[in-house]
Amino acid sequence: MSTARAAAILLTKELRLEFRTRELLNTTIIFAMVVVVLFSFAFNPTPEESRRYGPGLLWIAFLFAGSLMLHPSFAREQSNQTLDALRMAPVSTFAILLGKMLANFIFLSLAEVVLVPVFAVLYNVSLAGVIGRLILVLVLGTLGLVITGTVFSAVSAHARMRELLLPLLLLPILAPLLIAAVEATVSLLADEPVLDRTWTTFLAGFDIVFLSASWLLCDFLLEE
Amino acid sequence: MTANSASLAHTVPETAGLGLSFERVEKRFGSFVALRDITLEILPGEFVALLGHNGAGKTTLLRIAALLMNPSSGRVQVHLASEARRGGRLQPSSAAAAAQPDADDPIAPATAKRYVGMVGHNTLLYDELTAEENLTLFAQLYGLHDIRERVARGLETCGLALRAGSAVRTFSRGMRQRLAIARTLLHGPRLLLLDEPAAGLDRQGLAWFSETLARLREGGCTVVMSTHARNESLDLATRAVLLTGGRIERDSGPRGDPRPILAALRSEA
Repeated sequence: MSTARAAAILLTKELRLEFRTRELLNTTIIFAMVVVVLFSFAFNPTPEESRRYGPGLLWIAFLFAGSLMLHPSFAREQSNQTLDALRMAPVSTFAILLGKMLANFIFLSLAEVVLVPVFAVLYNVSLAGVIGRLILVLVLGTLGLVITGTVFSAVSAHARMRELLLPLLLLPILAPLLIAAVEATVSLLADEPVLDRTWTTFLAGFDIVFLSASWLLCDFLLEE
Repeated sequence: MTANSASLAHTVPETAGLGLSFERVEKRFGSFVALRDITLEILPGEFVALLGHNGAGKTTLLRIAALLMNPSSGRVQVHLASEARRGGRLQPSSAAAAAQPDADDPIAPATAKRYVGMVGHNTLLYDELTAEENLTLFAQLYGLHDIRERVARGLETCGLALRAGSAVRTFSRGMRQRLAIARTLLHGPRLLLLDEPAAGLDRQGLAWFSETLARLREGGCTVVMSTHARNESLDLATRAVLLTGGRIERDSGPRGDPRPILAALRSEA
């Protein structure tokens, strides 16, 4: 069976499980929303401050949302050792990872679809003229977040202190991605919006490098 | 594991059991040695009772055989006897005598996965999916045809057809175990690895399970089952292997009589 077909089957399974329980989406969206709302009340930023500091805050909210969402990705395969059943099936290990990555991308994107308009209203930021370019930055940043997050969720799934281990492993790796995503978003929200090609290229490069690495190392990642 | 052909994937006859060989296998977890110097040749069509006390290494051995774990040293191979490759039906009683280990063809792990099934301590089922969805998912992953019919037949066989649309989390332990067994048999494995498979089964479930195993044995499927001495399915065993402290202490061998080992263990129990 092709990797794409197996990943599609596993993606369907992930979506069915999540939309049946809504465990990840509900928790993540509520948590990220609280962060965005609390900061807007705490700082009561002017439009200029919003444009300068808002992107950082937005990506911190996405990072928190991602951390909450990514941890159970492999951890919930532990309860009945369902990961063993997937590993015994005649599908490539990368298909298992890819299915999870795609599912996490969809879940985090759904959270962003809810969060971004709330952010725009609370921080008085107009996204009308930059929405297409903003979506590009969000997609590239979110891809990087879920690719690395899914990989480290797989790595930490077998560990005893996995709840602690995932952020410890993930945050240093994600620092460059977050810097690039914040800088690209700041450029888009400036008085004269511009898509910063350097940071956008960096984001795309980050995604390609980590996706390639996960493809090359997937057998080791899921090995006991 | 070595591979000599992916084409073998399409030449395994419906009735051929797969062989399994362990060559000087050792498994360490840090400083703890779970398996020591295991050399064991399981011939196609054999029904092997893997016995031993808790912590003897039975589960580790089965997980290595299921390709879930790599040995620290040594070699494990799943292979197809030449007789089976030619399409000859392997009778369980004659398989041991007929197959020559040195004439076997090793199968690549990726190919072997299609023909290996395992029932473990855990059910390997998704609690939030229904019985039907669980079976359908794995039927799709194994690339099976006629999925609806196979799933319906699987549910019928394990007595859960009326609960096909119920989430697995609503099932009793015994029902889950029956579904786990049905899931494992869905793709028609030719090497079946069973780790305490009767856990949670009631009298009726045990009878169904023994019947299923007997049918599989008749069909030439190779079975390796780790279980306690009181399990009635052990009477089907054509060979008994006793593990102690990660080593093979006794092995009745492919042509030997497993009953003395089973009797000794039953009297201990």
